[in-house]
Amino acid sequence: MFAYYLKLALRSLKRNVVLTVLMIAAIGVGIGASMTTVTIFRAMDADPVPEKSGQLFAPQIDNWGPTNKKVVTGDEEHLQDQITYTDAINLMNAHAAVRQSAMYVTALPLTPPNRDLLPFQAPARATYTDFFPMFQVPFLYGGPWSASDDTDRAYVAVITRDLNDRVFGGANSVGRTLNLDNHEYRVVGVLDRWQPLPKFYDLSTSKYGDAEQLYIPFSRAIEGHMESWESSNCAGDAGEPGWDGFVHSECVWMQFWVELPTPADVARYRAFLNNYAADQQRAGRFNWLPRTRLRDVKGWLVHWHAVSDEVRILVLVAFSFLFVCLLNAMGLMLAKIMNRAGDIGVRRALGANRGTIFGQCLMEAGVVGLAGGLVGLALTALGLAGVRLIVSPATARLTHLSPTDIAIALSLAVCATTLAGLYPTWRAAHVQPAWQLKAQ
Amino acid sequence: MLKMTHLSKAYRTEVVETYALRDFSINVREGEFVAVTGPSGSGKTTFLTIAGLLEEFTGGEYLLDGADVRGLNDNQRSKLRNEKIGFIFQAFNLIPDLNVYDNIEVPLRYRGLAAGERKRRIQDSLQRVGLSARMRHYPAELSGGQQQRVAIARALAGSPRLLLADEPTGNLDTQMARGVMELLEELHRDGATIVMVTHDPELAVRAQREVHIVDGQVVDLAAPSRRVLSVSAQL
Repeated sequence: MFAYYLKLALRSLKRNVVLTVLMIAAIGVGIGASMTTVTIFRAMDADPVPEKSGQLFAPQIDNWGPTNKKVVTGDEEHLQDQITYTDAINLMNAHAAVRQSAMYVTALPLTPPNRDLLPFQAPARATYTDFFPMFQVPFLYGGPWSASDDTDRAYVAVITRDLNDRVFGGANSVGRTLNLDNHEYRVVGVLDRWQPLPKFYDLSTSKYGDAEQLYIPFSRAIEGHMESWESSNCAGDAGEPGWDGFVHSECVWMQFWVELPTPADVARYRAFLNNYAADQQRAGRFNWLPRTRLRDVKGWLVHWHAVSDEVRILVLVAFSFLFVCLLNAMGLMLAKIMNRAGDIGVRRALGANRGTIFGQCLMEAGVVGLAGGLVGLALTALGLAGVRLIVSPATARLTHLSPTDIAIALSLAVCATTLAGLYPTWRAAHVQPAWQLKAQ
Repeated sequence: MLKMTHLSKAYRTEVVETYALRDFSINVREGEFVAVTGPSGSGKTTFLTIAGLLEEFTGGEYLLDGADVRGLNDNQRSKLRNEKIGFIFQAFNLIPDLNVYDNIEVPLRYRGLAAGERKRRIQDSLQRVGLSARMRHYPAELSGGQQQRVAIARALAGSPRLLLADEPTGNLDTQMARGVMELLEELHRDGATIVMVTHDPELAVRAQREVHIVDGQVVDLAAPSRRVLSVSAQL
């Protein structure tokens, strides 16, 4: 009977093309709007390090005290979202986690070896060697610098594939030198494509922006007095004038991440962090009870509102719109079915029971849903193409329809339309054949 | 074949109860051709829809081919209707977006017959009504008489025990009406049981027996006063 119902559904839809087109358009527009927003939402809500997001943690330490309201993101506990140089160095020296790395963003003037290229400012991340294995950063050539390079403030750099393409024409540049701020840095590694989105390890600038182009040792950057290119927050006290004054102030301007593979490691590190804050209190740096926090990647993204409330509201609005579209489609379907009450009466007279009529009409709703889903997919592709014109290239890469998305869109369209078709179908199944035939 | 005893059908609203059929009794034997006549509003069509299991009755008894139909659920009624009854309507009631073949196939589909069996039955019934050449035509492409022949073919295809015809020539001109009546008579000669509702006395006399309904009750046409009343009502 499935094939027969399908055949009847297609014939019935052809019978009133205008109503059919209106129903398909209503569902298509609803599906298009909801799928476009869901794709954007999912792109923003994606787990940037799926294999390790539960093992990577960002510690927070209250170094300003509970009465200070000047916080970057309005944390309910008034904990700062970045940490001071002092805390960064202390936590690094403690080696309390399996891996740990302090980091901040700076920029260096780069003079390409090829004289045809003009010098340019290259965004750089000052960090530790643990950064690379901790975040599973893939290498095309070479690898991270060594721990001794961190200690020795070595002039070494890891560069991205894009920078390598631009400066070295894509060749294996490991061992070659790069002139950064009039110093020769030895290239030790070239990254393969790597751009976690959102850029979870540093959300203080653009969450979905392009990553830095090169990486240098943290100690080298501090030694070279390389300033942070991100916002520094000092709660009104920027410390003594000059570089040393700033570095040793209570200004927060660094990110800090640790790798804690097991729950026991997490518990130990949490205790360590509290003890560290207590030590600072005892040392007279804090005159309040120790307050610390340890958030994993997902918690960190929620804390930073990586997916903005506007996007969440947009998804809600889009699904409400889909609901309205389905209500419209339901109204049209009802009109269409009631218009065919005579035919339904005849079919009942010829031996169709209610279930048969129900199945036939439901198939028609399903076919409308499938057609609406296909139209919706086309509109989603159009919508996403429009979105890609206005978002960063990095985000744009995530706003593509996967086979799963296509399956979801079509299933959603068919299921939602079938659901919306239940009432008209129920009405059709309860057409009184005697009345219909008497009316004729 | 069709036996109704003291059957009644009432339509109830909050304030009034109207009887379409009251104390209605009829017995149609197998192979009979019965004409049911009566003035407009007398209950002819209500009788036909109840006889065709399209409508429930309020009281009394109805035996179809020996089976009591009271209390049957929708599925059982639909199955019985599909297997035992063939309908011929005044307005033909062909489904406009199905061609002749597909229209005749509808009741056979609902019976769950195999494709080969359906095809054989459709070809046989179309041959019987003389429309084998019109198999792929759509209803709109046929004359009224041809449409009614297709409707008869559809009724015949299921080999029903009982043919119910509701004013089968009501929408046809005289020549086409004659053709359809001749076809019904031929079917009757071949053994079909036919109950035909009509208000046309000329058609009624071509049946074996006439049952006259007035105000929802069968009246005796032999009684002179009733006959006069009946004829004046028709006039």
